[in-house]
Amino acid sequence: MLGLEFPPINEILRWQDVYPSFNKIALIAVVAALIGITLFLLASRKDPLVAPTGSRNLAEVIIDFIEEGIVMQTLGKSGLKWTPFLLSLFIFIFLCNIPGVLPIIQMPATARIAIPLSLALLVWVIYIGTGLKHQGIGYFGHLLWPPGVPTALKPLVGFIEFISTIIVTPFSLTVRLMANMLAGHILLVTFALLTEALLLAETSQVFLVPMSILPFGMLMFLTGFEILVAFLQAYIFAILAAVYINNSTEGHAEEH
Amino acid sequence: MEAFSAIVAQASDPDDLKNIEAAAGAGMAYGLAAIGPGIGIGYIVGKSVEAMARQPEAAGMVRTTMFLGIAFTEALALIGFVVFILLKFA
Repeated sequence: MLGLEFPPINEILRWQDVYPSFNKIALIAVVAALIGITLFLLASRKDPLVAPTGSRNLAEVIIDFIEEGIVMQTLGKSGLKWTPFLLSLFIFIFLCNIPGVLPIIQMPATARIAIPLSLALLVWVIYIGTGLKHQGIGYFGHLLWPPGVPTALKPLVGFIEFISTIIVTPFSLTVRLMANMLAGHILLVTFALLTEALLLAETSQVFLVPMSILPFGMLMFLTGFEILVAFLQAYIFAILAAVYINNSTEGHAEEH
Repeated sequence: MEAFSAIVAQASDPDDLKNIEAAAGAGMAYGLAAIGPGIGIGYIVGKSVEAMARQPEAAGMVRTTMFLGIAFTEALALIGFVVFILLKFA
């Protein structure tokens, strides 16, 4: 019925291993980490007293963005010590996302669940650790029961808060990043396949082959859109991490 | 719905039937999961634009909060998308 066959999911998300147990996803993640480290090492070597150029300029713009756009908005001035962590999160996720639109590579490393899950678990450990450090063992009390809850409702509220803070938070962090990148990747695959099928269609209809410009235009539009999504998802992951850390440093008591 | 039952009636092979049901279920899952978040995100962004137009100096703060709200709302649609992938391919 259809003129094209959609490939099985393994074909669009998995390639031959470069080396046993080391595939393209791992390669992209390693390269992303190396690029991030190199950029900031190069920037830190430059003389801070002269006007910034090149890599230092770029690094300063990114750090400014993290400080103004993420840290100051959520953690406030006392949270500036979190800038390095959020900066690393942002840079790594962005550099893992952006290969989704790079020609030839065309695969966001975060479209497989491993990297988002590890990062979400890292954030989970950090915000629980921060809560324990700032509020001691009473953190679990604040976590389960917001102030002012009637005693009769405590079991119910405690249960709901436990589920939402301990289980749903890392799960939604993971799924948000993974599903966004996976959806974008599948969309790009779909429109690339449509373009190819129309362009190579063996048909007597004259208008069918030039019609391939339509899915191709959509493909170009979606590629631009995916660049935006890659940036936005990295930003959202970092800002949510900041919000969760802020919740555990402040506790529920001072929040309201 | 009639067309769907016609297709189901044609499928004699139980494997075919399973595939048809999986595809239909997957489409339904994602379609239904997209309704609520669609309304929610529209509401959030609309209200944020209103707030930014009324008080442009608060635009930065409103934008951050808007992205947070969108992120939380969108999660529901994305869970629907994951269910879609699981039904269709798993």
